[in-house]
Amino acid sequence: MPGISREEVAHLARLARLELKDEELDHFAGQLDDIIGAVATVSDVANEDVPPTSHPLPLTNVMRPDTVRPSLTPQQALSGAPAQEQQRFKVPQILGED
Amino acid sequence: MTVTELVPYEEALATYDPVMGLEVHVELGTATKMFCGCSTTLGADANSQTCPTCLGLPGALPVVNATGVESAVRIGLALHCEIAEWCRFARKNYFYPDMPKNFQTSQYDEPIAFDGYLDVQLEDGEIFRVEIERAHMEEDTGKSTHIGGATGRIHGASHSLLDYNRAGIPLIEIVTKPIEGAGERAPEVAKAYVAELRELIKALGVSEARMEMGQMRCDVNLSLRPKGERSFGTRSETKNVNSLRSVERAARFEVQRHAAVLDAGGKIVQETRHFHEDDGSTTPGRVKEEAEDYRYFPEPDLVPVAPSREWVEELRAGLPELPRVRRNRLREEWGISQHEMQSVLNAGAVGLIVATTDAGAPADQARKWWMGELARRANESGTDLADLPIGPEDVARVCALVAEGSLNDKLARQVIEGVLDGEGAPDEVVEKRGLKVVSDEGALGAAVDEAIAGNAAVAEKIRGGKVQAAGALVGAVMKATRGQADAARVRELILEKLGVEG
Repeated sequence: MPGISREEVAHLARLARLELKDEELDHFAGQLDDIIGAVATVSDVANEDVPPTSHPLPLTNVMRPDTVRPSLTPQQALSGAPAQEQQRFKVPQILGED
Repeated sequence: MTVTELVPYEEALATYDPVMGLEVHVELGTATKMFCGCSTTLGADANSQTCPTCLGLPGALPVVNATGVESAVRIGLALHCEIAEWCRFARKNYFYPDMPKNFQTSQYDEPIAFDGYLDVQLEDGEIFRVEIERAHMEEDTGKSTHIGGATGRIHGASHSLLDYNRAGIPLIEIVTKPIEGAGERAPEVAKAYVAELRELIKALGVSEARMEMGQMRCDVNLSLRPKGERSFGTRSETKNVNSLRSVERAARFEVQRHAAVLDAGGKIVQETRHFHEDDGSTTPGRVKEEAEDYRYFPEPDLVPVAPSREWVEELRAGLPELPRVRRNRLREEWGISQHEMQSVLNAGAVGLIVATTDAGAPADQARKWWMGELARRANESGTDLADLPIGPEDVARVCALVAEGSLNDKLARQVIEGVLDGEGAPDEVVEKRGLKVVSDEGALGAAVDEAIAGNAAVAEKIRGGKVQAAGALVGAVMKATRGQADAARVRELILEKLGVEG
Protein backbone atom coordinates (compact mmCIF):
# COMPACT_ATOMS: atom_id res chain seq x y z
CA MET A 1 0.00 0.00 0.00
CA PRO A 2 1.60 3.31 -1.05
CA GLY A 3 1.37 6.20 1.26
CA ILE A 4 3.25 9.13 2.65
CA SER A 5 4.01 9.80 6.25
CA ARG A 6 3.96 13.11 8.02
CA GLU A 7 7.74 12.84 8.47
CA GLU A 8 8.25 12.37 4.75
CA VAL A 9 6.15 15.44 4.00
CA ALA A 10 8.20 17.42 6.50
CA HIS A 11 11.41 16.20 4.84
CA LEU A 12 10.18 17.09 1.35
CA ALA A 13 9.03 20.47 2.58
CA ARG A 14 12.49 21.14 3.92
CA LEU A 15 14.11 20.08 0.63
CA ALA A 16 11.70 22.36 -1.24
CA ARG A 17 12.42 25.19 1.23
CA LEU A 18 8.75 25.37 2.25
CA GLU A 19 7.98 26.38 5.79
CA LEU A 20 4.95 24.41 6.94
CA LYS A 21 3.14 24.70 10.25
CA ASP A 22 2.26 21.57 12.21
CA GLU A 23 -1.39 21.65 11.20
CA GLU A 24 -0.35 22.17 7.57
CA LEU A 25 1.86 19.08 7.72
CA ASP A 26 -1.09 17.03 8.96
CA HIS A 27 -3.34 18.56 6.32
CA PHE A 28 -0.94 18.01 3.39
CA ALA A 29 0.10 14.55 4.51
CA GLY A 30 -3.54 13.48 4.32
CA GLN A 31 -4.09 15.16 0.95
CA LEU A 32 -0.87 13.80 -0.57
CA ASP A 33 -1.72 10.36 0.69
CA ASP A 34 -5.04 10.53 -1.20
CA ILE A 35 -3.29 11.73 -4.37
CA ILE A 36 -0.64 9.01 -4.23
CA GLY A 37 -3.34 6.44 -3.65
CA ALA A 38 -5.28 7.70 -6.65
CA VAL A 39 -2.23 7.68 -8.90
CA ALA A 40 -1.33 4.20 -7.67
CA THR A 41 -4.50 2.78 -9.24
CA VAL A 42 -2.68 3.19 -12.57
CA SER A 43 -0.36 0.38 -11.44
CA ASP A 44 -3.39 -1.86 -11.01
CA VAL A 45 -4.37 -1.32 -14.62
CA ALA A 46 -0.95 -1.43 -16.27
CA ASN A 47 0.55 -4.86 -16.63
CA GLU A 48 4.29 -5.53 -16.42
CA ASP A 49 4.56 -5.31 -20.21
CA VAL A 50 3.51 -1.66 -20.17
CA PRO A 51 6.59 0.52 -19.61
CA PRO A 52 6.23 3.67 -17.52
CA THR A 53 5.61 6.75 -19.63
CA SER A 54 7.71 9.82 -19.13
CA HIS A 55 6.77 11.45 -22.41
CA PRO A 56 3.33 11.38 -23.98
CA LEU A 57 4.64 11.55 -27.55
CA PRO A 58 6.67 8.75 -29.17
CA LEU A 59 9.49 11.10 -30.09
CA THR A 60 13.23 10.52 -29.76
CA ASN A 61 16.39 12.32 -30.86
CA VAL A 62 15.04 15.82 -31.16
CA MET A 63 18.26 17.78 -31.42
CA ARG A 64 19.46 21.14 -32.66
CA PRO A 65 22.64 21.90 -34.60
CA ASP A 66 25.50 23.42 -32.61
CA THR A 67 24.90 26.88 -34.02
CA VAL A 68 25.04 30.02 -31.92
CA ARG A 69 21.86 32.02 -31.59
CA PRO A 70 21.67 35.52 -30.18
CA SER A 71 21.47 35.71 -26.40
CA LEU A 72 19.60 38.23 -24.33
CA THR A 73 21.50 41.40 -23.49
CA PRO A 74 22.75 41.49 -19.89
CA GLN A 75 20.16 44.23 -19.24
CA GLN A 76 17.36 42.00 -20.53
CA ALA A 77 18.68 39.00 -18.60
CA LEU A 78 18.79 41.01 -15.38
CA SER A 79 15.49 42.83 -15.94
CA GLY A 80 13.56 40.42 -13.73
CA ALA A 81 16.18 40.14 -11.02
CA PRO A 82 15.04 41.38 -7.60
CA ALA A 83 18.55 42.71 -7.02
CA GLN A 84 21.69 43.12 -9.09
CA GLU A 85 25.24 44.37 -8.73
CA GLN A 86 28.17 44.53 -11.17
CA GLN A 87 25.91 43.24 -13.95
CA ARG A 88 25.33 40.09 -11.94
CA PHE A 89 22.38 38.58 -10.13
CA LYS A 90 22.65 39.51 -6.48
CA VAL A 91 21.53 36.79 -4.09
CA PRO A 92 21.29 36.77 -0.30
CA GLN A 93 23.90 35.14 1.88
CA ILE A 94 24.20 31.46 0.91
CA LEU A 95 25.71 30.05 4.10
CA GLY A 96 24.53 31.26 7.48
CA GLU A 97 26.94 31.88 10.33
CA ASP A 98 28.02 28.47 11.56
CA MET B 1 37.67 19.90 14.92
CA THR B 2 41.37 19.90 15.51
CA VAL B 3 43.79 19.10 12.77
CA THR B 4 44.46 15.38 12.72
CA GLU B 5 48.07 14.31 12.91
CA LEU B 6 48.69 12.55 9.60
CA VAL B 7 50.02 9.02 9.55
CA PRO B 8 53.17 8.62 7.44
CA TYR B 9 52.16 7.30 4.03
CA GLU B 10 54.12 4.04 4.14
CA GLU B 11 52.80 3.31 7.60
CA ALA B 12 49.20 3.90 6.48
CA LEU B 13 49.71 1.51 3.57
CA ALA B 14 51.13 -1.16 5.83
CA THR B 15 47.78 -1.37 7.62
CA TYR B 16 45.20 -0.27 5.07
CA ASP B 17 44.20 -0.85 1.47
CA PRO B 18 42.89 2.24 -0.37
CA VAL B 19 39.86 2.12 -2.67
CA MET B 20 39.26 5.07 -4.99
CA GLY B 21 36.51 6.34 -7.20
CA LEU B 22 37.28 9.15 -9.61
CA GLU B 23 34.68 11.46 -11.09
CA VAL B 24 35.89 13.67 -13.89
CA HIS B 25 33.86 16.48 -15.41
CA VAL B 26 34.82 17.56 -18.90
CA GLU B 27 33.48 20.76 -20.39
CA LEU B 28 32.85 20.12 -24.07
CA GLY B 29 34.25 22.53 -26.61
CA THR B 30 30.94 23.01 -28.43
CA ALA B 31 30.06 26.43 -29.83
CA THR B 32 26.78 26.51 -27.89
CA LYS B 33 25.36 25.36 -24.59
CA MET B 34 23.87 21.91 -24.04
CA PHE B 35 20.21 22.86 -24.24
CA CYS B 36 20.12 26.30 -25.86
CA GLY B 37 21.93 28.26 -28.56
CA CYS B 38 23.85 30.62 -26.26
CA SER B 39 27.54 30.96 -27.02
CA THR B 40 30.09 29.24 -24.79
CA THR B 41 32.96 31.63 -25.51
CA LEU B 42 35.11 32.18 -22.43
CA GLY B 43 35.75 35.59 -20.98
CA ALA B 44 32.57 37.27 -22.22
CA ASP B 45 30.90 40.12 -20.36
CA ALA B 46 28.94 38.91 -17.31
CA ASN B 47 25.48 37.56 -18.16
CA SER B 48 25.86 38.36 -21.86
CA GLN B 49 25.45 34.69 -22.87
CA THR B 50 22.11 33.75 -21.40
CA CYS B 51 18.60 33.23 -22.71
CA PRO B 52 15.19 32.25 -21.31
CA THR B 53 16.17 28.56 -21.47
CA CYS B 54 19.42 28.68 -19.50
CA LEU B 55 17.93 31.24 -17.10
CA GLY B 56 15.06 28.86 -16.45
CA LEU B 57 12.40 31.42 -17.33
CA PRO B 58 8.82 30.10 -17.46
CA GLY B 59 7.78 28.55 -20.76
CA ALA B 60 11.26 28.17 -22.19
CA LEU B 61 11.94 24.78 -23.78
CA PRO B 62 15.37 23.14 -23.93
CA VAL B 63 16.56 21.24 -27.03
CA VAL B 64 19.69 19.12 -26.79
CA ASN B 65 22.84 20.04 -28.72
CA ALA B 66 23.48 17.40 -31.43
CA THR B 67 27.26 17.86 -31.19
CA GLY B 68 27.04 17.45 -27.42
CA VAL B 69 25.36 14.07 -27.81
CA GLU B 70 27.83 13.02 -30.50
CA SER B 71 30.76 13.99 -28.27
CA ALA B 72 29.29 11.98 -25.40
CA VAL B 73 28.94 8.91 -27.59
CA ARG B 74 32.48 9.28 -28.92
CA ILE B 75 33.90 9.62 -25.40
CA GLY B 76 31.91 6.54 -24.39
CA LEU B 77 33.23 4.55 -27.33
CA ALA B 78 36.82 5.60 -26.74
CA LEU B 79 36.40 4.35 -23.17
CA HIS B 80 35.19 0.98 -24.52
CA CYS B 81 31.73 1.59 -23.09
CA GLU B 82 28.38 0.25 -24.16
CA ILE B 83 26.21 2.98 -25.65
CA ALA B 84 22.63 3.10 -24.44
CA GLU B 85 20.04 2.29 -27.08
CA TRP B 86 17.64 4.62 -25.36
CA CYS B 87 18.19 7.02 -22.49
CA ARG B 88 16.70 10.05 -20.89
CA PHE B 89 17.74 13.19 -19.12
CA ALA B 90 16.77 13.72 -15.51
CA ARG B 91 16.33 16.69 -13.25
CA LYS B 92 18.61 16.84 -10.25
CA ASN B 93 16.77 19.13 -7.89
CA TYR B 94 18.59 21.30 -5.41
CA PHE B 95 18.46 24.82 -4.06
CA TYR B 96 21.61 26.71 -4.73
CA PRO B 97 21.86 29.91 -6.73
CA ASP B 98 24.46 28.54 -9.19
CA MET B 99 21.56 27.14 -11.24
CA PRO B 100 18.74 29.58 -11.91
CA LYS B 101 16.37 26.68 -12.66
CA ASN B 102 16.80 25.16 -9.18
CA PHE B 103 17.75 21.93 -10.86
CA GLN B 104 20.56 20.69 -13.04
CA THR B 105 19.66 18.76 -16.16
CA SER B 106 21.66 15.57 -15.93
CA GLN B 107 21.22 11.85 -16.42
CA TYR B 108 20.38 9.55 -13.56
CA ASP B 109 19.79 5.82 -14.02
CA GLU B 110 20.09 5.87 -17.79
CA PRO B 111 23.56 7.21 -18.70
CA ILE B 112 24.38 7.39 -22.40
CA ALA B 113 27.53 5.29 -21.91
CA PHE B 114 28.36 2.61 -19.33
CA ASP B 115 30.61 -0.33 -18.49
CA GLY B 116 33.91 0.54 -20.07
CA TYR B 117 37.56 0.79 -19.15
CA LEU B 118 40.67 2.84 -19.68
CA ASP B 119 44.12 1.30 -19.56
CA VAL B 120 46.65 3.62 -18.03
CA GLN B 121 50.37 3.27 -18.14
CA LEU B 122 52.30 4.02 -14.96
CA GLU B 123 55.74 5.58 -15.01
CA ASP B 124 57.54 2.26 -14.93
CA GLY B 125 55.51 1.03 -17.86
CA GLU B 126 53.07 -1.10 -15.89
CA ILE B 127 49.54 -1.08 -17.30
CA PHE B 128 46.69 -0.61 -14.85
CA ARG B 129 43.11 -1.07 -16.03
CA VAL B 130 40.61 1.41 -14.60
CA GLU B 131 37.03 0.23 -15.05
CA ILE B 132 34.50 2.86 -16.10
CA GLU B 133 31.09 2.82 -14.49
CA ARG B 134 29.43 5.41 -16.69
CA ALA B 135 29.72 8.59 -18.70
CA HIS B 136 26.71 10.83 -18.75
CA MET B 137 25.61 14.16 -20.15
CA GLU B 138 24.80 17.17 -18.03
CA GLU B 139 25.36 20.91 -17.84
CA ASP B 140 27.70 23.25 -16.01
CA THR B 141 26.59 25.74 -13.38
CA GLY B 142 26.93 29.52 -13.15
CA LYS B 143 29.85 31.30 -11.54
CA SER B 144 29.44 32.75 -8.04
CA THR B 145 31.41 35.62 -6.58
CA HIS B 146 31.11 35.94 -2.84
CA ILE B 147 31.16 39.48 -1.46
CA GLY B 148 32.03 40.73 1.99
CA GLY B 149 33.90 37.74 3.35
CA ALA B 150 37.61 37.20 3.64
CA THR B 151 39.38 36.59 0.29
CA GLY B 152 36.21 35.85 -1.65
CA ARG B 153 35.21 32.85 0.44
CA ILE B 154 31.60 31.84 0.87
CA HIS B 155 32.01 31.73 4.64
CA GLY B 156 31.33 35.11 6.13
CA ALA B 157 30.11 36.60 2.83
CA SER B 158 27.26 39.09 3.10
CA HIS B 159 25.88 38.22 -0.31
CA SER B 160 26.88 36.64 -3.62
CA LEU B 161 26.82 37.67 -7.26
CA LEU B 162 25.95 35.29 -10.08
CA ASP B 163 27.10 35.25 -13.68
CA TYR B 164 25.17 32.64 -15.64
CA ASN B 165 27.32 32.60 -18.79
CA ARG B 166 28.68 29.19 -17.78
CA ALA B 167 25.28 27.81 -16.72
CA GLY B 168 24.29 25.28 -19.35
CA ILE B 169 27.69 24.62 -20.95
CA PRO B 170 27.81 20.91 -21.86
CA LEU B 171 29.54 18.66 -19.37
CA ILE B 172 30.33 14.99 -19.60
CA GLU B 173 30.80 13.34 -16.23
CA ILE B 174 32.93 10.21 -16.33
CA VAL B 175 32.75 7.97 -13.28
CA THR B 176 35.05 5.05 -12.56
CA LYS B 177 34.06 1.87 -10.78
CA PRO B 178 35.78 1.45 -7.42
CA ILE B 179 39.49 1.23 -8.15
CA GLU B 180 40.84 -1.63 -6.08
CA GLY B 181 44.19 -3.30 -5.95
CA ALA B 182 46.32 -0.25 -6.65
CA GLY B 183 47.71 -0.41 -3.11
CA GLU B 184 50.49 2.05 -2.47
CA ARG B 185 50.33 3.17 -6.08
CA ALA B 186 46.76 4.49 -5.71
CA PRO B 187 47.75 8.18 -5.89
CA GLU B 188 49.93 7.44 -8.92
CA VAL B 189 47.10 5.51 -10.59
CA ALA B 190 44.72 8.42 -9.93
CA LYS B 191 47.11 10.87 -11.56
CA ALA B 192 47.87 8.58 -14.49
CA TYR B 193 44.16 7.97 -15.07
CA VAL B 194 43.32 11.66 -15.19
CA ALA B 195 46.34 12.30 -17.42
CA GLU B 196 45.34 9.53 -19.80
CA LEU B 197 41.73 10.66 -19.86
CA ARG B 198 42.86 14.18 -20.68
CA GLU B 199 44.99 12.90 -23.57
CA LEU B 200 42.03 10.88 -24.81
CA ILE B 201 39.65 13.84 -24.65
CA LYS B 202 42.16 15.98 -26.53
CA ALA B 203 42.73 13.28 -29.15
CA LEU B 204 38.98 13.08 -29.71
CA GLY B 205 38.94 16.84 -30.21
CA VAL B 206 35.84 17.22 -28.01
CA SER B 207 37.50 19.58 -25.53
CA GLU B 208 40.85 21.21 -24.94
CA ALA B 209 40.57 19.72 -21.44
CA ARG B 210 42.72 22.43 -19.86
CA MET B 211 42.52 21.74 -16.16
CA GLU B 212 43.85 25.17 -15.19
CA MET B 213 40.90 26.70 -17.08
CA GLY B 214 38.39 24.46 -15.33
CA GLN B 215 37.62 22.61 -18.56
CA MET B 216 38.37 19.39 -16.77
CA ARG B 217 37.91 18.87 -13.04
CA CYS B 218 38.32 15.83 -10.87
CA ASP B 219 36.61 14.69 -7.69
CA VAL B 220 38.59 12.11 -5.73
CA ASN B 221 36.57 9.62 -3.67
CA LEU B 222 38.74 7.63 -1.34
CA SER B 223 38.25 5.15 1.46
CA LEU B 224 40.49 2.79 3.38
CA ARG B 225 39.79 -0.72 4.54
CA PRO B 226 41.98 -2.89 6.74
CA LYS B 227 44.21 -5.08 4.57
CA GLY B 228 42.45 -8.32 3.69
CA GLU B 229 39.00 -6.83 4.32
CA ARG B 230 36.64 -7.01 1.34
CA SER B 231 33.93 -4.49 2.20
CA PHE B 232 34.67 -0.82 1.61
CA GLY B 233 35.23 1.73 4.32
CA THR B 234 33.43 5.07 4.51
CA ARG B 235 34.64 7.43 1.81
CA SER B 236 35.35 11.12 1.57
CA GLU B 237 34.91 13.06 -1.65
CA THR B 238 37.52 15.70 -2.36
CA LYS B 239 35.98 18.10 -4.88
CA ASN B 240 37.46 20.10 -7.71
CA VAL B 241 41.01 18.90 -7.74
CA ASN B 242 42.25 20.79 -10.74
CA SER B 243 45.70 19.67 -11.75
CA LEU B 244 47.37 16.30 -12.26
CA ARG B 245 49.78 16.92 -9.45
CA SER B 246 46.92 17.86 -7.13
CA VAL B 247 45.04 14.65 -7.94
CA GLU B 248 48.03 12.67 -6.71
CA ARG B 249 48.54 14.86 -3.66
CA ALA B 250 44.85 14.82 -2.69
CA ALA B 251 44.73 11.02 -2.83
CA ARG B 252 47.92 10.77 -0.80
CA PHE B 253 46.71 13.24 1.80
CA GLU B 254 43.38 11.47 2.24
CA VAL B 255 45.12 8.11 2.69
CA GLN B 256 47.18 9.61 5.50
CA ARG B 257 44.23 11.43 7.06
CA HIS B 258 41.87 8.46 6.96
CA ALA B 259 44.56 6.24 8.47
CA ALA B 260 45.01 8.72 11.31
CA VAL B 261 41.28 8.84 12.06
CA LEU B 262 40.92 5.06 11.88
CA ASP B 263 44.07 4.40 13.92
CA ALA B 264 42.66 6.60 16.67
CA GLY B 265 39.52 4.48 16.67
CA GLY B 266 37.50 7.22 14.99
CA LYS B 267 34.99 7.06 12.15
CA ILE B 268 35.35 8.69 8.76
CA VAL B 269 32.56 11.18 8.12
CA GLN B 270 31.04 10.80 4.69
CA GLU B 271 31.44 14.33 3.44
CA THR B 272 32.77 16.46 0.64
CA ARG B 273 36.16 18.02 1.21
CA HIS B 274 37.99 20.98 -0.32
CA PHE B 275 41.52 20.62 -1.60
CA HIS B 276 44.07 23.34 -0.91
CA GLU B 277 46.72 23.84 -3.57
CA ASP B 278 49.10 25.67 -1.25
CA ASP B 279 49.80 22.87 1.22
CA GLY B 280 48.10 19.88 -0.41
CA SER B 281 45.67 19.42 2.46
CA THR B 282 41.89 18.94 2.44
CA THR B 283 39.31 20.45 4.77
CA PRO B 284 35.69 19.46 5.35
CA GLY B 285 32.92 20.83 3.14
CA ARG B 286 29.29 19.93 3.51
CA VAL B 287 28.00 16.60 4.76
CA LYS B 288 27.03 14.70 1.64
CA GLU B 289 23.34 14.79 0.83
CA GLU B 290 21.71 11.47 0.19
CA ALA B 291 21.17 10.85 -3.52
CA GLU B 292 17.42 10.62 -3.01
CA ASP B 293 17.38 14.14 -1.65
CA TYR B 294 17.99 15.36 -5.17
CA ARG B 295 14.58 13.91 -6.11
CA TYR B 296 15.74 12.94 -9.58
CA PHE B 297 12.95 12.44 -12.10
CA PRO B 298 12.87 12.12 -15.88
CA GLU B 299 13.14 15.51 -17.58
CA PRO B 300 9.73 16.04 -19.20
CA ASP B 301 10.89 18.86 -21.49
CA LEU B 302 13.50 16.79 -23.35
CA VAL B 303 12.68 13.72 -25.39
CA PRO B 304 14.74 10.53 -24.99
CA VAL B 305 18.02 10.12 -26.85
CA ALA B 306 18.16 6.87 -28.83
CA PRO B 307 21.45 6.60 -30.73
CA SER B 308 20.90 4.26 -33.68
CA ARG B 309 23.34 1.37 -33.91
CA GLU B 310 24.36 2.47 -37.42
CA TRP B 311 25.30 5.91 -36.13
CA VAL B 312 27.19 4.47 -33.17
CA GLU B 313 29.18 2.20 -35.50
CA GLU B 314 29.88 5.12 -37.80
CA LEU B 315 31.25 7.10 -34.86
CA ARG B 316 33.26 4.10 -33.68
CA ALA B 317 34.84 3.75 -37.12
CA GLY B 318 35.82 7.42 -37.02
CA LEU B 319 37.60 7.30 -33.67
CA PRO B 320 41.22 8.43 -33.73
CA GLU B 321 44.06 6.18 -32.67
CA LEU B 322 43.92 6.03 -28.87
CA PRO B 323 46.69 8.00 -27.14
CA ARG B 324 48.34 5.04 -25.46
CA VAL B 325 48.41 3.04 -28.70
CA ARG B 326 49.73 6.07 -30.52
CA ARG B 327 52.43 6.65 -27.92
CA ASN B 328 53.59 3.08 -28.13
CA ARG B 329 53.67 3.22 -31.93
CA LEU B 330 55.69 6.45 -31.86
CA ARG B 331 58.01 5.07 -29.23
CA GLU B 332 58.79 2.15 -31.50
CA GLU B 333 59.13 4.31 -34.59
CA TRP B 334 61.49 6.62 -32.75
CA GLY B 335 63.36 3.70 -31.25
CA ILE B 336 63.48 5.06 -27.72
CA SER B 337 62.99 3.51 -24.31
CA GLN B 338 59.87 3.61 -22.14
CA HIS B 339 61.70 5.97 -19.85
CA GLU B 340 62.71 8.34 -22.64
CA MET B 341 59.16 8.33 -23.96
CA GLN B 342 57.89 9.21 -20.51
CA SER B 343 60.20 12.24 -20.46
CA VAL B 344 58.92 13.32 -23.86
CA LEU B 345 55.38 12.93 -22.56
CA ASN B 346 56.04 14.80 -19.34
CA ALA B 347 57.58 17.64 -21.34
CA GLY B 348 54.45 17.87 -23.48
CA ALA B 349 56.61 17.32 -26.56
CA VAL B 350 54.90 14.39 -28.31
CA GLY B 351 52.72 16.50 -30.57
CA LEU B 352 55.53 18.95 -31.31
CA ILE B 353 57.95 16.21 -32.31
CA VAL B 354 55.34 14.57 -34.52
CA ALA B 355 54.59 17.91 -36.18
CA THR B 356 58.32 18.47 -36.70
CA THR B 357 58.78 15.08 -38.35
CA ASP B 358 55.65 15.74 -40.41
CA ALA B 359 57.43 18.88 -41.60
CA GLY B 360 60.28 16.70 -42.84
CA ALA B 361 62.76 16.39 -39.98
CA PRO B 362 64.20 13.04 -38.88
CA ALA B 363 62.64 11.95 -35.57
CA ASP B 364 65.93 11.82 -33.66
CA GLN B 365 66.80 15.37 -34.72
CA ALA B 366 63.32 16.64 -33.88
CA ARG B 367 63.49 14.97 -30.49
CA LYS B 368 67.01 16.26 -29.87
CA TRP B 369 65.94 19.88 -30.30
CA TRP B 370 62.64 19.73 -28.43
CA MET B 371 63.98 17.73 -25.52
CA GLY B 372 67.34 19.52 -25.38
CA GLU B 373 67.85 23.16 -26.17
CA LEU B 374 64.15 24.01 -26.36
CA ALA B 375 63.13 22.15 -23.20
CA ARG B 376 65.91 24.01 -21.43
CA ARG B 377 64.67 27.36 -22.70
CA ALA B 378 61.07 26.55 -21.77
CA ASN B 379 62.21 25.52 -18.34
CA GLU B 380 64.18 28.73 -17.89
CA SER B 381 61.28 30.94 -18.84
CA GLY B 382 58.73 28.79 -17.02
CA THR B 383 56.56 28.30 -20.11
CA ASP B 384 55.21 25.26 -21.86
CA LEU B 385 57.19 24.01 -24.83
CA ALA B 386 54.19 24.65 -27.06
CA ASP B 387 54.15 28.30 -25.99
CA LEU B 388 57.73 29.02 -27.02
CA PRO B 389 57.94 31.46 -29.92
CA ILE B 390 59.20 28.73 -32.22
CA GLY B 391 57.16 26.17 -34.12
CA PRO B 392 57.68 22.68 -35.53
CA GLU B 393 58.20 24.10 -39.06
CA ASP B 394 61.05 26.29 -37.77
CA VAL B 395 62.73 23.36 -36.08
CA ALA B 396 62.25 21.21 -39.19
CA ARG B 397 63.83 23.95 -41.33
CA VAL B 398 66.86 24.11 -39.04
CA CYS B 399 67.21 20.33 -39.30
CA ALA B 400 67.05 20.60 -43.09
CA LEU B 401 69.75 23.29 -43.13
CA VAL B 402 71.99 21.06 -41.02
CA ALA B 403 71.28 18.07 -43.25
CA GLU B 404 72.24 19.94 -46.42
CA GLY B 405 75.44 21.13 -44.74
CA SER B 406 74.59 24.83 -44.63
CA LEU B 407 74.66 24.82 -40.85
CA ASN B 408 76.68 22.89 -38.35
CA ASP B 409 75.42 22.09 -34.90
CA LYS B 410 76.86 25.17 -33.30
CA LEU B 411 75.39 27.48 -35.91
CA ALA B 412 72.05 25.67 -35.74
CA ARG B 413 71.96 26.49 -32.05
CA GLN B 414 72.43 30.16 -32.85
CA VAL B 415 69.66 30.05 -35.43
CA ILE B 416 67.29 28.51 -32.90
CA GLU B 417 68.31 31.24 -30.47
CA GLY B 418 67.59 33.89 -33.08
CA VAL B 419 64.13 32.50 -33.79
CA LEU B 420 63.38 32.40 -30.06
CA ASP B 421 64.53 36.00 -29.75
CA GLY B 422 62.05 37.05 -32.40
CA GLU B 423 64.50 37.66 -35.23
CA GLY B 424 62.29 35.84 -37.70
CA ALA B 425 62.16 32.46 -39.41
CA PRO B 426 65.36 30.34 -39.56
CA ASP B 427 66.35 31.54 -43.04
CA GLU B 428 65.97 35.15 -41.96
CA VAL B 429 68.13 34.57 -38.91
CA VAL B 430 70.79 32.88 -41.07
CA GLU B 431 70.69 35.86 -43.41
CA LYS B 432 70.72 38.55 -40.72
CA ARG B 433 73.37 36.98 -38.53
CA GLY B 434 75.44 35.81 -41.49
CA LEU B 435 75.47 32.25 -40.21
CA LYS B 436 76.61 29.96 -42.99
CA VAL B 437 79.02 27.12 -42.92
CA VAL B 438 82.07 28.15 -44.95
CA SER B 439 81.78 25.65 -47.73
CA ASP B 440 83.96 27.60 -50.13
CA GLU B 441 86.85 25.09 -50.37
CA GLY B 442 89.26 27.84 -51.39
CA ALA B 443 88.57 29.96 -48.36
CA LEU B 444 88.61 26.89 -46.13
CA GLY B 445 91.87 25.68 -47.66
CA ALA B 446 93.47 29.05 -46.98
CA ALA B 447 92.35 28.94 -43.37
CA VAL B 448 93.77 25.44 -43.01
CA ASP B 449 97.10 26.49 -44.52
CA GLU B 450 97.24 29.40 -42.11
CA ALA B 451 96.53 27.14 -39.14
CA ILE B 452 99.24 24.71 -40.19
CA ALA B 453 101.72 27.53 -40.67
CA GLY B 454 100.89 29.08 -37.31
CA ASN B 455 101.15 25.78 -35.43
CA ALA B 456 104.18 24.16 -36.95
CA ALA B 457 104.94 22.03 -33.91
CA VAL B 458 101.46 20.52 -33.86
CA ALA B 459 101.57 19.97 -37.61
CA GLU B 460 104.85 18.11 -37.19
CA LYS B 461 103.32 15.78 -34.61
CA ILE B 462 100.43 14.99 -36.95
CA ARG B 463 102.82 14.27 -39.79
CA GLY B 464 104.54 11.94 -37.38
CA GLY B 465 101.31 9.94 -37.05
CA LYS B 466 99.79 11.58 -33.99
CA VAL B 467 96.44 12.03 -35.70
CA GLN B 468 94.55 12.95 -32.52
CA ALA B 469 96.55 16.17 -32.34
CA ALA B 470 94.53 17.39 -35.36
CA GLY B 471 91.89 18.62 -32.89
CA ALA B 472 94.00 21.64 -32.01
CA LEU B 473 94.29 22.65 -35.67
CA VAL B 474 90.56 22.11 -36.26
CA GLY B 475 89.98 24.40 -33.30
CA ALA B 476 92.20 27.06 -34.80
CA VAL B 477 90.38 26.90 -38.13
CA MET B 478 86.98 27.03 -36.45
CA LYS B 479 88.15 30.08 -34.52
CA ALA B 480 89.40 31.78 -37.65
CA THR B 481 86.09 31.14 -39.42
CA ARG B 482 84.07 32.21 -36.37
CA GLY B 483 82.65 28.71 -36.07
CA GLN B 484 81.19 28.77 -39.51
CA ALA B 485 83.11 25.83 -40.94
CA ASP B 486 82.12 22.21 -41.11
CA ALA B 487 84.44 20.73 -38.50
CA ALA B 488 84.48 17.27 -40.09
CA ARG B 489 85.50 18.71 -43.45
CA VAL B 490 88.20 20.84 -41.81
CA ARG B 491 89.69 17.75 -40.24
CA GLU B 492 89.69 15.96 -43.57
CA LEU B 493 91.48 18.89 -45.22
CA ILE B 494 94.11 19.09 -42.48
CA LEU B 495 94.96 15.40 -42.72
CA GLU B 496 94.94 15.56 -46.53
CA LYS B 497 97.33 18.53 -46.58
CA LEU B 498 99.63 16.87 -44.07
CA GLY B 499 99.55 13.64 -46.06
CA VAL B 500 98.19 11.50 -43.26
CA GLU B 501 95.49 8.86 -43.43
CA GLY B 502 92.53 9.73 -41.16
